[in-house]
Amino acid sequence: MTASTPPHSTAQYENSQLVSLQVNGETYEVVTEARRTLADVLRQDLGLTGTHLACEHGICGACTVLLDGAPARACLMFAAQAEGSAVRTVESLADGEELSDLQQAFSDHHGLQCGFCTSGFLMLAEGFLAERPEPSRAEIRETVASNLCRCTGYQTIVDAIEDCATKRRAAFQAQLDGESP
Amino acid sequence: MKPAAFTYHRGRDVDGVTRLLRELGEDAKVLAGGQSLVPMMNFRLARPQHLVDIAGLRELVGIHNDPDGALRIGALTTHHAVETAPSTRVGRNHAVVREAMRWVGHLPIRTRGTVGGSLAHADATAEWCLLAILLDAQLTVRGPDGERAVPAADFFHGYFTTALDSDELLTEIVFPRPAPHSALTEFAERHGDFATVSAAVSLDLAEDGDTVRGARIVLGGVDALPVRCPEAEAVLSRDRPGTGGVLDECAEAAAEHIDPPSDDNGSAHYRRLLTRTLVRRACEEAMTR
Repeated sequence: MTASTPPHSTAQYENSQLVSLQVNGETYEVVTEARRTLADVLRQDLGLTGTHLACEHGICGACTVLLDGAPARACLMFAAQAEGSAVRTVESLADGEELSDLQQAFSDHHGLQCGFCTSGFLMLAEGFLAERPEPSRAEIRETVASNLCRCTGYQTIVDAIEDCATKRRAAFQAQLDGESP
Repeated sequence: MKPAAFTYHRGRDVDGVTRLLRELGEDAKVLAGGQSLVPMMNFRLARPQHLVDIAGLRELVGIHNDPDGALRIGALTTHHAVETAPSTRVGRNHAVVREAMRWVGHLPIRTRGTVGGSLAHADATAEWCLLAILLDAQLTVRGPDGERAVPAADFFHGYFTTALDSDELLTEIVFPRPAPHSALTEFAERHGDFATVSAAVSLDLAEDGDTVRGARIVLGGVDALPVRCPEAEAVLSRDRPGTGGVLDECAEAAAEHIDPPSDDNGSAHYRRLLTRTLVRRACEEAMTR
């Protein structure tokens, strides 16, 4: 783990404080105003602009990130509150140019059109599937209701998440079968 | 929008926090999960000078069963932790508490929002406020001068106001008695949003499983506080709810008892119709538990 210099240097603010964040496995130290949300700091101080920010009051879910593995709204917490937790953003999913299985499923099923909400949906689904690897379609529908998408009508997003979950289970089963004598 | 500037304080223990709150006075707000406070700050409906972050007070996290049957939940326990608690922790006698969690916001809200934060925020549609009134909860409150227990019936004073003093911290909610025959249901235009109307019912059933010895019906979204409906409760205690027409009469009594507001989420008339439907539904669910 290396300490990185944020890409944008921060000016001296009143009520500034030093915040140490662990994001996508890297440790960052940022001097920032207390009032800056985690979403602001991710985007403006760390340059991780994959996390989108829209409503800024927890309705739309575009800013959803993982906090210690659980989906959370990055606009509804101050950066200082994330100290001591592992933050994961959409930038952690792909391996270079290669999409993750979840991203590939969204692409395959046309689970996006304009793409503005997509990073939020991806992180929501990533956290949800980690906790519920065998969700019913109804559970997926209820979960994605937390985020707003104005393009797809949601069906294709539900399809993508369901498909990803099925493929992950199949891969896990194949791994188990391969290990058995 | 972006919140106004404030000074951030990180609490280390309950005593330190209550002392700090006394020092800072009315200009300070307690920050727990922040799922209600931060949106209000982003809208600048709230502009506290100081925020005291209590998330580090791990002593306030946890779900405990007392030998006398009481269920105690630490104020910093998240909704999601209650929702996913094993039945050895939140058993059949308090299943309504766990099952009500699916109505609290959405998953990313439930992973951050806390039991104590919701109660202290005191939104009249909040599931925790309804549960507290429904099940006669005791709220444990600590200040610089010591601890006190506040019955739920005395805790909520009105829109977003409670019995908490500015230097006090809500530390725990205690559900003192088992309530196996209880249910909470609600309606919101989008599941997870604030309820237009919510209804909670708890029945004290005799051994025959059919005779009601006592009933409690609490409604949310119809007034500044969760509202009890004594007339509707009396209907259930008078006749066996299983017999024809009793549930209809009970639901009607609840709808007549309230004086709901008209707003963007629904007219007063619509809220009465919802009340009738939801009370009936909650009664039926509570009966079959």
